[in-house]
Amino acid sequence: MQWQSLEHFLAMGGYGFFVWGSYAVAAVVIAAEIWALRHRRRAALAQVRAASAPRRSS
Amino acid sequence: MSTITASSGSSLFRFAAPNVFYPLAGKMVPFFAVLAAVLAIAGLYIGFFMAPTDAQQGDSYRIIYIHVPSAWMAMFLYLTMAFWAGIGLAFNTRLSSMMAQAIAPTGALMAFISLWTGALWGRPTWGTYWVWDARLTSTLILLFLYLGFIALQAAIDDQRRADKAGAVLALVGVVNVPIIYFSVKWWNTLHQGASVKPGSSAMAEIMLAGMLVMVFAFWMYAIAAVLARLRAIIVEREKRAQWVLDAREQGRL
Repeated sequence: MQWQSLEHFLAMGGYGFFVWGSYAVAAVVIAAEIWALRHRRRAALAQVRAASAPRRSS
Repeated sequence: MSTITASSGSSLFRFAAPNVFYPLAGKMVPFFAVLAAVLAIAGLYIGFFMAPTDAQQGDSYRIIYIHVPSAWMAMFLYLTMAFWAGIGLAFNTRLSSMMAQAIAPTGALMAFISLWTGALWGRPTWGTYWVWDARLTSTLILLFLYLGFIALQAAIDDQRRADKAGAVLALVGVVNVPIIYFSVKWWNTLHQGASVKPGSSAMAEIMLAGMLVMVFAFWMYAIAAVLARLRAIIVEREKRAQWVLDAREQGRL
């Protein structure tokens, strides 16, 4: 193992801000996409519900 | 609907019908999502715990494990998007146009990640977050092409006209992809040349292994995300079709 401690790992040889800044933002936007996909699916299913509702009542 | 059932007998073209592809895509999404997660864990383990510190760049080089995969996927997804948009334009196949629409946001996301990580990598290695050179500028144009495609489609109410207008934009923008790829050869640029070419690599083997595993992880993620979005788009566009209403009543939607 090349990292002697957690602090050493987080410091990334002095480049911690750049390395973790890259990974953190990438993780956040990917998480946001997954959230948006769930939201879009739910909204689409709600549209179907709305479209099929009048058909049932008739 | 009759045109769909007519074609549903013949081999691969069967899957060109949204009602046939919808359940198939539903099975593929979790498969590719799990594959993406497993590959990402493996790739990051190799990249952070097995690969050594770089002799020249120190640990800043570890940005490569998301920078290169996202940059490659941004270009690859654009070509795929333009391909399906073009097929939809030429043959009037609905699912192709939906596929193009489903790819655009994930492509934009990949372009954004490659630009963001590139900026944070550029600062310690070049001394600047941004420079208007060929590679960076053409990648920024790629992001704008994705956003333009999304905005154009959203601005036109008639869905088939929106698909056609989007397809023309996507196809014209294809010229930008080889410009990005070859920019480091054609112009003087701060950005380094290709480290990985077919048949040769300038990288240490373990670093290359971690990067390639991450490329596959991003690839699998992109497939899962695009198919999940495609399913939502199919439901959005076909919400009045009988098969959607039937599937909903049977709990298969």
